[in-house]
Amino acid sequence: MVTSVTSFGRSGLSDWLLQRITATIMTAYLIFIVAYFGFNDVDYASWKALNAGLPMKMFSLLTVLSIAIHSWIGMWGVLTDYVTVRLMGAKATALRMVFQLGVIAVSLLYVVWAIDVLWGI
Amino acid sequence: MKQNRPVNLDIGTIKLPITSYVSILHRVSGVILFAAVALFLLALDASLASAESFAALKSTLASPVWQFVIWASLSALGYHLVLGLRHLVMDFGVGETLEGGLVSAKIAAVIAVVVIAAIAGWVFAW
Ligand code: HEM
Repeated sequence: MVTSVTSFGRSGLSDWLLQRITATIMTAYLIFIVAYFGFNDVDYASWKALNAGLPMKMFSLLTVLSIAIHSWIGMWGVLTDYVTVRLMGAKATALRMVFQLGVIAVSLLYVVWAIDVLWGI
Repeated sequence: MKQNRPVNLDIGTIKLPITSYVSILHRVSGVILFAAVALFLLALDASLASAESFAALKSTLASPVWQFVIWASLSALGYHLVLGLRHLVMDFGVGETLEGGLVSAKIAAVIAVVVIAAIAGWVFAW
């Protein structure tokens, strides 16, 4: 089995499955938000009340965790396709490490930022 | 693996089927989205911080430039979602043939265009 230290789940099958699970969670969140905006006349009070409840906070947190995992896996695939020794020469591996660490850092920042926003309501 | 083995594939000389185009756009939209998440979080933050910031967000997003930015970001999301769902359907073994792939690529492209138009109708009317 091919493993990689910089992929998310360390194996392609695990990453493939997580990509699907996170996609499903994000889709559920999107359907909910679109329906909420479709059926309600959203103002500050109602929007705040919705997001202040613990169930919605959990749903939002689950979604942002999904975004982080999904992006890590997705961007890993993109970077390992294009930032390669074949296409860019010897410097590619070092460059790809920088990009991958950047993607991981931004993904984690998104999660922390979302927690800060949600639990600051 | 030999690192510098010859690769004889000049993609510019090949006529690509619709499946190739919807696929590369799914990838491009995914990369755009990774950046757009920062905008979505910025908006979430402003929408929840206070009644004042909520109102300020509403008036900011009403400017044509921001309407365009939000429309483009949501379109990337809509496209990525529709084509992502195509992936999930195919993962269940539906439409995995060459013929099925071509048909579902066309269906997904049409749905994506409708979604993107609907987003435009929503965003540019607020
Ligand atoms: C902000 C949210 C999202 C971001 C930043 C994002 C980003 C990405 C990226 C960068 C890829 C890799 C593309 C490639 O290798 O060609 C990807 C793949 C994928 N995305 Fe998303 N995505 C998001 C939301 C969604 C949603 C809502 C779905 C729902 C269906 C979805 C479904 C998929 C699927 C199924 C794949 C795998 C495609 C494959 O295996 O080739 N994504 N995403």
